[in-house]
Amino acid sequence: MTLVMRRMEKLIGMVLLVGVLASAVTVLAGGSIFLWRHGSDVVHYRIFRGEPSDLRSLAGIWDDMKRGSGRGLIQLGLIFLVAVQLIRVALTGLLFLLSRDKSFVIITALVLGLLTYALFFAGRG
Amino acid sequence: MAAWLFLFLVAVGGAAAGMVGALTGEGGGILLVPVLVLLLHVNLHNAAGASLIAVTMTSTAATVTFLHQGYTNLRVAMFLQLTSIVGGIAGAMLAAYVPVPALMMVFGFTLLYSSYLSFRRREEEEPDRPSDPLAIRLGMESSYPVLGGWKFYKVRRVVPGSLLMGAAGIISGLLGIGAGAVNVLVMDQVMRLPYKVSTTTSNFMIGITAAASVGIYVRHGYIDPVLTMAAVLGIFAGAIAGARLLLVVRAKLLRFLFSTLVLAMAIEMVVKGVLRWLP
Repeated sequence: MTLVMRRMEKLIGMVLLVGVLASAVTVLAGGSIFLWRHGSDVVHYRIFRGEPSDLRSLAGIWDDMKRGSGRGLIQLGLIFLVAVQLIRVALTGLLFLLSRDKSFVIITALVLGLLTYALFFAGRG
Repeated sequence: MAAWLFLFLVAVGGAAAGMVGALTGEGGGILLVPVLVLLLHVNLHNAAGASLIAVTMTSTAATVTFLHQGYTNLRVAMFLQLTSIVGGIAGAMLAAYVPVPALMMVFGFTLLYSSYLSFRRREEEEPDRPSDPLAIRLGMESSYPVLGGWKFYKVRRVVPGSLLMGAAGIISGLLGIGAGAVNVLVMDQVMRLPYKVSTTTSNFMIGITAAASVGIYVRHGYIDPVLTMAAVLGIFAGAIAGARLLLVVRAKLLRFLFSTLVLAMAIEMVVKGVLRWLP
């Protein structure tokens, strides 16, 4: 394996570390707010109710965030985590581009395209 | 149960699942879903939602360590990811046209046999066979860290591996199960990679595969932020601990752990299939 590859792998690792920490800290902050307010409430998850519609879209989550809702903040942290998945595929593509590996640039671009499609459009309508 | 206690228990379950998930390359879903459903009485939809996000966390957190140590084979990962993701999208579309209980049983028996094969393999006694010419052309051969240095390895049967991943993607899309176990099986049994390369490369892939399903889960309202929060934080701690252990744990022990998990999954599939099939 070339030195460039090895260095890029470490760089991807660093980006993942930053992303995963940002996500965990945000989720933890949201969780703390939630526990502060509702820690002693009784919870049960026996029956599936489905999430309210405000937590099913980016705009809704943003509105919740602005109101200082713990659930909104948790959702933001989870969005970071999913975004990191897109970023790391993109970075892996960049790694192949830098090592002039044409076949894998194409393969990774296809994966990125399919992932984006699945994430935003699959099963809609 | 009070929210704080319930969420604490979810996080503890998540930590255990994250550790095993990172070590075996399976992600943790095989353990986390039963813990949530059977022990903590969470409904299946929310348990599956929390587990899906938790798997992206295992994958991401553990990959930080594995990339740094040099285990993960990114070329193999991306090559298999392509057919796996195509299969997953196709499987989700086919769900309405396929007899799911029958498929569950067939898949269950396949896993049963795979669990046996995976348990039986002894890498160190295998004769040295050359790499698939395609693997050489694609630059997939690499080396991985062993105690006291690096060990070069070969990559076999690239196209069959990739086709099987596509089939596995279709099945996991149809049955809504994670692909981690199949990733490891294909790399270990078909492409004949060293065990720790298989588990860490699978670990890299599962987060991407899971992310592909997040959109659908969110639109169905399966992801409860509070429950997922506790699971993800637990998994985060467990996965980091598990990833650090990998260097010192013997491959043989991992193989045993993984085969047992696949066996459990196989039995679950067969039982579920039979139950659904009976009137």
